[in-house]
This record gives sequence, structure tokens and C-alpha cells, in this order.
Amino acid sequence: MNKVSDLVLEVVRELGSDQENKALVNADLETPLFGRNLDSMGIVFLVTDLEARISEEWDLAITLADERAMSQNTSPFRSVKTLTQYTQTLLDEAKTSA
Amino acid sequence: MNAITPRIYLITGTRKGLGKHLAEHYLSQGESVVVGCSRGHGTISHDRYEHYELDVTDEKAVIQMVRSVRKRHGRIDYLLNNAGIAAMNHFLTTPYAQAQSVMNTNFFGTFLLSREVAKLMMRQRCGSIVNYTTVAVALDLAGEAVYAASKAAIESLTRVSAKELAQFGVRVNAIGPTPIETDLIKHVPEQKLQALLDRQAIVRYGKVADVINVVDFFNSEHSDFITGQTLYLGGVV
Repeated sequence: MNKVSDLVLEVVRELGSDQENKALVNADLETPLFGRNLDSMGIVFLVTDLEARISEEWDLAITLADERAMSQNTSPFRSVKTLTQYTQTLLDEAKTSA
Repeated sequence: MNAITPRIYLITGTRKGLGKHLAEHYLSQGESVVVGCSRGHGTISHDRYEHYELDVTDEKAVIQMVRSVRKRHGRIDYLLNNAGIAAMNHFLTTPYAQAQSVMNTNFFGTFLLSREVAKLMMRQRCGSIVNYTTVAVALDLAGEAVYAASKAAIESLTRVSAKELAQFGVRVNAIGPTPIETDLIKHVPEQKLQALLDRQAIVRYGKVADVINVVDFFNSEHSDFITGQTLYLGGVV
């Protein structure tokens, strides 16, 4: 696992602990998120927590809920794996333009 | 609100006019820290004032400012979405570029600042956002179609975001000042202004103190049952 997936998993597990959701507490890359373990409010928490942690960790300002995320046929919020991949893409772009 | 001292204010548009007066006022109150921003350099010199030079419609710059304030102070207690531009023009002769510019600064600037600051307020479980509208919305003032529309959008944003953020202890309200003698109205003919004043229940120019009074009311911990409201000055309804 790389650092991004570690961070995403950490945030998901913390959220699971807050929401007393066992599946999220024991999350791995295959754990489903939106629609199964998180409703739209849960996604709001996840997005804001993850953005804040990314800012602390890499000093990069990214917006996870951007136009692409909202317009993709397959939402990047559907699983830990897809969220990790999407976060990695945004981080790579932010590092390139920084 | 259970905010601890010092209170952290984020006020947009602090280079001149009302924003500058508000910033100076809150700096004179106890230990409050004021973070301000404008497109130009800061004009306030105070050891508890921090200035960011940015355009409120620049998403990246707004995100970076809010995160930088979070790193430095850990919180934002009050957001005053003061930055705005006025445009008086007949609907038929309003250039598209001007309409976009007014909508960008007034509405999208308020939207961006509110969204980013609310993320922080949500985590701290408290915060008060004060948006700025205008009596031009309630009075449907001729010659201010785009300006009034941009502010009407802010009123709607105020009501809906208040609903969405209430569960996190974040309140959102709006103040609608009457004309105040600031830069915003310096190009408006005296006759037009008088006609506007005549439509108020209380016929006089607004003062900075009138705005401060309402902002303080919205931000007060005693107002924790008040959100989603728009309050016009001067008895305009």
C-alpha cells in the first residue's frame, strides 16, 4: 500500500469509528463507501476530513468534490480503492502545477 | 457558541470602505484577530491583523488562505462576506462581461468563502457566517438588475446553506444595508440616492455602526437560535 491509500484508509476508519460503522472501522481497499456505508452527509464528512489531512500531510490544497468527481459515471466515492485512485490523480496534478 | 478567546474574524474586502471599518472595529475589541483579504495590498497596520492579497473568485487562493488561517489559528469564529462590487446600469445596456464580473465577485466569492470556511466551522462545531445583500433586492431598484440579482442569489444561498449547516452548529445570516457613504456608492448621483432613501421607513444614510450592530447581533452567542435570516436596515421590507 502506498501513502495515499494509507491516509485514505486512516480517514475512513476514523469516520467509521465516529459513526459506529464496523465495516468502515475494518475498512480495506475493497470496502464500498457511497451508497453502502456512507450516505451523502457521510461523504461530506469524508471529503472535508480527507482534504484537511492532505493539506497537513503534503501542504497541497485540493478539492476532492470537483467537477470531474461530480460528473463521472462511476463516482470516485464508491469505494476506498476508487477514492484512493482519484485522490492520487488530484495530488499528482497539484504537485505538477505547484 | 462556545468559541474561545481570542475570536478569529475573517472579513473579505478589507482594503477600503465598510470592510476596512469593520476590520478596524473588531481589532479594537479585546484580543480579536482579524484576517482580511482584498485584490490589492492591505491598508491596515495592526499586530493582530493579517492580510491576504487575493481575488475572492480564485478558488485555489481562497482554499489556501482558509487552510493557512486554520494552520495558524486552528479556527475561524466569524466570516463576514463583505467583498462586493456594485454596478448601476440599465438592464438593456449592461455588458455581459460586467454582469459576469458582478455575479462572480458578489455571488461566487460569497459561495467559495462560505464553502471553505464552513468546512472548518463544521469541524469546530460552531461558527457564524454573515453574508451581504442589499435593500435593492427588496425594493427591486431600477438600474440595478444585475447587482440585485447577484444579491438575491446570496439571500437564497443564505437560506439554503443555513439549513444544511445548522446540524453542525454553523449559522448563516445576511444583512441588507441601505446606502452608506462609502466607495461603493461614490459614483451614484445624489438625486438617485435621495429617491432611494425616501423609500426607507427611516430616511437617512446608514452608518457603519448600524452594520456593526447587526453583525454583532448575528454573531452573538445569544443568537444561537437565529439562522437563515435576512435583515434589512432602515425599515426596508
